[in-house]
Amino acid sequence: MSHAGHTVPAPAGFVPHTVAHHFESQEQEYQSAKLGFWLFLVTEILLFGGLFVAYFYYHTVHHDAFSIGGKQLSWKLGTTNTAVLLFSSFTMAMGVRSAQLSQKKAMLTYLVLTFLCACGFLVVKYFEYSAKIDHGLGAGSMFHPHDPQLLGYEGLSMFFALYWTMTGIHGFHVLCGMVVIAWLIWRGAKGELHAKHYMPVDIVGLYWHLVDLIWIFLFPLLYLVP
Amino acid sequence: MTAISATSVHETHAERKNYLNRDSSFMSWAGTLDHKRIGLMYLTGVMFAFLVGGLFALLVRLHLWDATVDVATGVKSGGLFEPGKYNQYFTMHGVFMVFMFIIPAIPASLGNFALPLMLGAKDVALPRLNLASFYLWLAGTIMAIASMLLGQVDTGWTFYTPYSIYTQKAVVMMGLSVFVLGFSSIFTGLNFIVTTHKLRAPGQGWFRMPLFVWAVYATALLQVVATPVLGVTVLLLGFERLYHIGIFDPQFGGDPVLFQHFFWFYSHPAVYIMILPAMGIMSEVVSVFSRKPIFGYRLIAFSSLAIAIISFIVWGHHMFTSGQSELALFLFSFLTFFVALPSAIKEFNWVATIWKGSISLEAPMLYALSFLVIFAIGGLTGVILGTLNLDIHLHDTYFVVAHFHYVMMGSTAMAFFAGLHYWWPKMFGVMYSRFWATIGALVIFIGFNATFIPQFVMGSMGMPRRYAHYVPEFQGYHQASTIGALLLATGIAIMVGYLLASLFGGKKAEGNPWGSPTLDWTHTSTPPVLENFDDQPIVEREPYDYTLILEEAKQRVQNA
Ligand SMILES: [Cu+2]
Repeated sequence: MSHAGHTVPAPAGFVPHTVAHHFESQEQEYQSAKLGFWLFLVTEILLFGGLFVAYFYYHTVHHDAFSIGGKQLSWKLGTTNTAVLLFSSFTMAMGVRSAQLSQKKAMLTYLVLTFLCACGFLVVKYFEYSAKIDHGLGAGSMFHPHDPQLLGYEGLSMFFALYWTMTGIHGFHVLCGMVVIAWLIWRGAKGELHAKHYMPVDIVGLYWHLVDLIWIFLFPLLYLVP
Repeated sequence: MTAISATSVHETHAERKNYLNRDSSFMSWAGTLDHKRIGLMYLTGVMFAFLVGGLFALLVRLHLWDATVDVATGVKSGGLFEPGKYNQYFTMHGVFMVFMFIIPAIPASLGNFALPLMLGAKDVALPRLNLASFYLWLAGTIMAIASMLLGQVDTGWTFYTPYSIYTQKAVVMMGLSVFVLGFSSIFTGLNFIVTTHKLRAPGQGWFRMPLFVWAVYATALLQVVATPVLGVTVLLLGFERLYHIGIFDPQFGGDPVLFQHFFWFYSHPAVYIMILPAMGIMSEVVSVFSRKPIFGYRLIAFSSLAIAIISFIVWGHHMFTSGQSELALFLFSFLTFFVALPSAIKEFNWVATIWKGSISLEAPMLYALSFLVIFAIGGLTGVILGTLNLDIHLHDTYFVVAHFHYVMMGSTAMAFFAGLHYWWPKMFGVMYSRFWATIGALVIFIGFNATFIPQFVMGSMGMPRRYAHYVPEFQGYHQASTIGALLLATGIAIMVGYLLASLFGGKKAEGNPWGSPTLDWTHTSTPPVLENFDDQPIVEREPYDYTLILEEAKQRVQNA
């Protein structure tokens, strides 16, 4: 039985899950967590929504400067990172699938792969960021371009302000994702995630896909800006 | 189905431990996951914020007693503070009242307490998130107090750029406070949406939910959708101050009007985060104390949703003088009028509910009647301000100040008091003094109107808001307003006094003292037990069906 306060039997070798006291059934618990998480994703989209509005507004105002700004970024590194994140979304999805099938080893492998992809993304970002700083292309008060040709473009500082803010906040989300994926790996290793209780993997998976999706929008807007 | 009569439930379990006395250790409160205890902690918190914010309001009003300036010579006379201090005090008043009191007041305290009871649930869907929301509120409040001590903020609660980027005050700390408080509000809203969707008792269809639940649900949608934009706005303001990223700073090619758009995209819906739950309380109280089913149940329910939706497309009416295109001005003004429709639907439905009802003038009803009068004035002056040509004249005058105080303080706080008096016996199991409650409600009503009617008048004559000193011809109005504020403070002191007194030796409350028909009163003991219901309640009736309540009353009369 899967009633409130009751323990749901787990497949052999796994730790059983106990339904929280105020739920009637595990189904209700799962549905609640999932709806709650979708709502949280809505708040994330709105948070980035504000930044996208600022981007589009200033892109209209400083069209040329934004085009020059985009050319200062390395589209090769950007593409690499896009590929890395897309692949990590795939491994995450496979992790969820393995959890649903109670395949502990496969799940842990996929989760570790996802974690490593996130690390890779941040390492690439680190090289990009330091190159920008070296060229004096920081945000706001740190924007002093070394290349004299860039000085004439009013609005270029705005492009880099948005570049740093948007990718910075996105990078922070990647970091948070690594923390929760590490938490999944820890719980998974203890045998707490399985066919009768895969909700945490499912939810972190949703979060990770959103982080990926936001990057899919950031990449063309910043790196491939016409 | 469990016993119908709450009175009998109460008598059967007279000796049972309820949620208040089952465990009194510190950790049983600080670490509680019980929605009722979290609601009470929130209640204590928001009342504290209300008193602090009120104290700042009194300082401002006392300063304005005789703070005049001679226009010809520029010589200032009277007043308690220099203008810088004055700016800080009205900012602290606004920040405390808006972010720490009114926004969480009804949903997080009364809503937290009553929502699961009304739905027939054991708790909210995500109790840990609920507790986290409270601690975020606490952290945000501590940060606000810290920024008050570090060097008070003088930007007004609206933090308009570029001033807020360059003023030498603790704006970053205050911004962080608002950010954290925003997440507290998001978590409350998210929790209530999930609870309403997933934890309704069997038989509790959407159209059998009490209207308070509908109102809190609509509020929660706003909290979840609007607040993140405020979050990103204060985040950008923080970057602006720390790194001068220039997005809102004209010196770097940024646009301060963009800040205003972002700010009001949140803060207009925030007005409805404040007023919608108040309207929910109105629906409960008006029906219960008229002993009549609510008039136009579905219209009231849908008008809550309509208000929530319309509130997202009218924010530009705060910026009629900020430099928008004429088309935008026209559209925002036009759309603003539409908010008046669902609000008026509610107002008329409440009046129609009272019509020919069996009215009892208990304290909750007194506050509800105050709301009816005050909200009519607050709402209609809002239509005046939404009119383009009138707003050009009235913008940034005391008329605006009076208008939003009629809505926020006069309506929301009044309904909050109504709800507080309505659920007080359920929360604590005691009754307050009826005599003092009547006196308190009257003094608050008179004091409130005495404070803000003069502000409408001087505002329409051109008295600008936020001025530390004013020309002498406005002094009479300012003094009338200050006297009103003192009266209002007296009324609130009376209220706090008798409510606290009732906790120590107040008369024990009956199970269902008001004869309410909703689950929170009929199916739980007073005060409720830990998981609210002994058995899962099954809802078999419409939400405002008084047949059983009336039968029971008849029985009692016959037995006596
Ligand atoms: Cu508005």
